[in-house]
Amino acid sequence: MSGTMIRIRDLAVRMGDRVIASVPELDVVAGECVAIVGESGSGKTTTLLATLGLIEGADISGNIAIDGVDVLSAPLAELRRIRGSRVALVMQSPQAALNPTMRLGTLMRRALARHGVKGAEARSRAADAVTAVLLEPAILRRYPHQVSGGQAQRFAIALAIALGAEVVLADEPTSALDVTVQAEVVAVLRRLRDERGLAVLLVSHDLALVSTIADRVVVMKDGAVVESGPAADVFARPGDAYTRELIAAVPQLPDRLAAEPAEDKK
Amino acid sequence: MTERPGDDLSSPLVPSDPTARATTAPGPAASDPTAADETVPGTAAVDAAVPRGAMLRADGVTLAYGSTVVVHDVALAVGDGGVGLIGESGSGKTTLARALLGLLRPHSGTIRYGSRDLGSLDRKGRAEFRRAVQPVFQDGSEALDPRMTVEASISEALTTHHRMDRAARRARVTSLLEDVGLDPAVAVRKPHQMSGGQRQRVAIARALAVEPRLLVLDEPTSALDVTVQARILDLLERLAAEHGLGYLLITHNLGVVDRLCDTSHVLFAGRVVESGSTRDLLTRPAHPYTLALRDAVPRLGGKPPRPSGRTEAAPAASGCPFRLRCPLATDVCRDQPPAAREVEGRRVACHRAEEVLAGVPNRPVSR
Repeated sequence: MSGTMIRIRDLAVRMGDRVIASVPELDVVAGECVAIVGESGSGKTTTLLATLGLIEGADISGNIAIDGVDVLSAPLAELRRIRGSRVALVMQSPQAALNPTMRLGTLMRRALARHGVKGAEARSRAADAVTAVLLEPAILRRYPHQVSGGQAQRFAIALAIALGAEVVLADEPTSALDVTVQAEVVAVLRRLRDERGLAVLLVSHDLALVSTIADRVVVMKDGAVVESGPAADVFARPGDAYTRELIAAVPQLPDRLAAEPAEDKK
Repeated sequence: MTERPGDDLSSPLVPSDPTARATTAPGPAASDPTAADETVPGTAAVDAAVPRGAMLRADGVTLAYGSTVVVHDVALAVGDGGVGLIGESGSGKTTLARALLGLLRPHSGTIRYGSRDLGSLDRKGRAEFRRAVQPVFQDGSEALDPRMTVEASISEALTTHHRMDRAARRARVTSLLEDVGLDPAVAVRKPHQMSGGQRQRVAIARALAVEPRLLVLDEPTSALDVTVQARILDLLERLAAEHGLGYLLITHNLGVVDRLCDTSHVLFAGRVVESGSTRDLLTRPAHPYTLALRDAVPRLGGKPPRPSGRTEAAPAASGCPFRLRCPLATDVCRDQPPAAREVEGRRVACHRAEEVLAGVPNRPVSR
């Protein structure tokens, strides 16, 4: 439960002579959620994709290990083994990643079969995973277009769980969802982290959302890390001017309990 | 404040006949779903949420695509300052925006600009309406021709509505770009040479070029970074204060609405379920849906957002449309659609509004 699932040291991703993402140190241990926050062009998604060895056409230096496997030097077969079975990627629009001609149950069965899980074991894993993301098993009989964006996103997470993933990399997993649906996805990720020791590396521009789920935060700007630390500290006492600017830009809601005097409204 | 053509504050509201338009509306002549409702167009004027003399107002508006009714009997008005329209995807908010822009004809009910029905505007009246009420959509690039430079795009808007010589046009483009916080040097760029935030600001500059009275903004900042969003919200606030610009802000982001809109309407399944002062709605919601929306919003350093459960449930076809997602639903909610009524200064369509206000625990609906 306390193993280091992702370990990044001196990562630099260069496009030509420009460094588009540079991360000196980033660890994600089991049962922990680490969030990379920043604006468009900050290098947060580049860092996430590099972690999975999915960046092509760029010069990558440094060390990246997922569950002890060196991503930058591992043979492709080894990378393919860990992608899916140990580490899963959850994208902004899951529906685009689900084959529209297959029922969700078929999709899951095929994914499990590809990793050697069949028959009763596959069925029980599928049922367990679907329940873990708070979906009803009946959803497995539906096609991707018959489920909502939030259900598809939770199914994508269920697929990762069924395959035994211990690390989930999520790129803006809730940005395309309504707030009520977003709350469900966040609840699912929190639950999996707390109850199953899932390690989550989350990329998001939504600081408020991040503050409700991340244990630690990495703030990136123009390809570089400007601040990192425990989420509570970073949000309560941001040390960097840019972090303060980001925090100040988040529209705040009034207190949910008591009405404030009207002159407080800003 | 300058004089505003098209706005007739002194004229009494013209009572509208909801059946009059239905005969000309496209699609099958389905039975009017609003007929049973108590809301009579015009009575909403007594409601504080719909100020008298507002410039753009909808009364008893029902909108349909073919025989599918997507907006039911909505009343709202926009004058000076901001009005929020809040709802999830599929709630009908964009359809309503299109009708308010005159792009979609109501199945029944009226949309008035000043004292005149949008459907009865003559050519000149329509031109004036299109100048005065400008749309801004989520993706700024939709409003910009990919082949045109920023200057050409804004100039086109200027010359469509005003005669202007080249030098005056140049100067106006420069000042508009400065207004939206852009370096006037971007004037020579084309849309693909700019970031999303820059494009959105150009789209707003283009909308402002014709000196509109009112903007209809449909999720204008949803695709933008928080710092860019903050700059655009600052700009809207400034324009409202300095030029008396009114705007209808359509969004699912309650934080944005709270900052910019004194009045808000919450739309669920095409119906306004709660209207009133934004502060009241957010601090003490009277409708369980408003409550669910508010509690789902993540807060910086706050408790985790609270899932309300069953978000995938389709709106109920009978009774209260929210009942399948509602933790408080009872038999009466199943049997009777709740009529909108006044409760503690807001207008709410819920049988159990008093209990929501009293703080009945809002536990997730079991599945």
